[in-house]
Amino acid sequence: MIVTANTLRFDALSLDSGATIAAVDVTYEAYGELNPAKSNAILILHAFSGDAHAAGISPETGQPGWWDNMIGPGKAFDTNKYFVICSNVLGGCRGTTGPSSINPATGCPYGMSFPVITIGDMVRLQAMLLSALGIERLLAVTGGSMGGMQALEWAVAYPDRVVAAIPIATTTRHSAQQIAFNEVGRQAIMADPNWDAGNYYGKELPGRGLAVARMVGHITYMSDDSMREKFGRRLRGKDAFGFDFEVDFEVESYLRYRGSQFVGRFDANSYLYITKAMDYFDLTNGNRSLAGAMEAVKARFLVISFSSDWLYPSYQSQELVRALRSRNCDVAYVELESNYGHDSFLVDVAEQSGLVRGFLASTFEKLA
Amino acid sequence: MSAQIGKPVGKKQAFVSELLGRSDYAIIGEIVEPNTKVLDLGCGEGELLEWLAQTKGVDARGVEISGAKVQCAIARGVSVFQSDIDAGLADYPDQAFDYVILSQTLQEMRHPLQVLREMLRVGRRGIVAFPNFGHWKVRYSMLTSGGAPRTPLFPHAWYDSPNIHFLTVRDFENLVEKEGIQVERRFFLAGNRKVVTLPNLLAEVAVYLVSGR
Repeated sequence: MIVTANTLRFDALSLDSGATIAAVDVTYEAYGELNPAKSNAILILHAFSGDAHAAGISPETGQPGWWDNMIGPGKAFDTNKYFVICSNVLGGCRGTTGPSSINPATGCPYGMSFPVITIGDMVRLQAMLLSALGIERLLAVTGGSMGGMQALEWAVAYPDRVVAAIPIATTTRHSAQQIAFNEVGRQAIMADPNWDAGNYYGKELPGRGLAVARMVGHITYMSDDSMREKFGRRLRGKDAFGFDFEVDFEVESYLRYRGSQFVGRFDANSYLYITKAMDYFDLTNGNRSLAGAMEAVKARFLVISFSSDWLYPSYQSQELVRALRSRNCDVAYVELESNYGHDSFLVDVAEQSGLVRGFLASTFEKLA
Repeated sequence: MSAQIGKPVGKKQAFVSELLGRSDYAIIGEIVEPNTKVLDLGCGEGELLEWLAQTKGVDARGVEISGAKVQCAIARGVSVFQSDIDAGLADYPDQAFDYVILSQTLQEMRHPLQVLREMLRVGRRGIVAFPNFGHWKVRYSMLTSGGAPRTPLFPHAWYDSPNIHFLTVRDFENLVEKEGIQVERRFFLAGNRKVVTLPNLLAEVAVYLVSGR
């Protein structure tokens, strides 16, 4: 399945901060066919470093989408049956407007003059995109990690537009630990002299800072078990320690590789803005309790967490499930056994697929 | 105590009994009114809930502790959440369901009385099915072997039995009276047959439809 991205432009987007962004682009991909009743649309929401290329093969890069094992003909999000859409988030750097985009008022990249954004702002832009595509109601909103936060925001902010929500490996708000890891990443970027208060476009990139940020991120996405299995204490291309500070261990090599690779595809300022949006996210905003925040929710829910995910531990999903139950919402929840840590929702998809397939099928049936 | 026998088991109910291999499911299928809201505690792979949803159009929810069983239930489209029953009920608002089902699980609960009370807080009615420890085979087994009884209904050795509270029909009757719980209907079963007399001696499984004061 070869897929192409489209981009739509909107005149303006007003933000939770009170600011407005003029001329906002949204890049999205879509797979499958929208049915005549427009009742089979599913919005896929990507995680922190993801993009609109969720499935199929990109003609430019030849790469499969980040959730290609979940989306496609006969897969969990079956494109023979459903119309599946994924857009790059606001603040991103993969087609949708973000800090690396040109500010029409100045003709220069926004850099740090880009307004601070929230998960709510990302979702508002997605809602505008769907309206523009003529889709009033979604059969499902789904995503893992930050994608799960957006799915939750959708269910709360647009209760009449969401039939079902599948938040995976996510939380209703970041804990101190999650904020702490994000802050380490941000500080690594800002400590890189090349960052230059965000004005590095057209110059040397703050590559070392961004790479370190990504290295920390990768550690949090794995588990002790999966790292032991993947690397152990194996040495990289040598039989003995080098007694220097070059790469000795496989795990060092891996992290350096993933870090440097990330610099080629991700914008350091987007890293700052998007992690800040995640840290600000709190579904209880303006409410005394999570259950209070759920008052308007109408969607049915499938909540999934993973046993080895210590970045978004199961207790956070269970808090969400308890709040939904206290509102008597229709909610299914399971903690899947997996060794892959937070990455499980991307890589260990066999059981997740069975759950999603059955949940979507029964949701779609009830709708008909 | 008089055993009230409901309507004769219809075709569908015989079918569910064969389909699901559980005679108490047939009775539950008979009790539950169409288009109601049902919570099944310890719902396993959700077979009963799926059947109730398909044949009676009920809004079916379940609680189950085994992750593997929850996966099966969700995959068949039933809304089940993974939790133990003792903890799983607390979050629900009062009278959130028309029926709360506890099918052959009461004897496995750490705090059965607490679960019963919670069931009737969360549900307008409770359906409680349990294996009758007063059945003559159990008494006979214990009398002759002198050991913990082992029968087709209680096949486990004492050390690996999931059953931690052994109760009889009489025990349950005494409890509901003491608690002021109303018994709306009661059914007694031996195999797939209904038991009419001497239920405490002849019933293998008892099914009660109860409601709060």
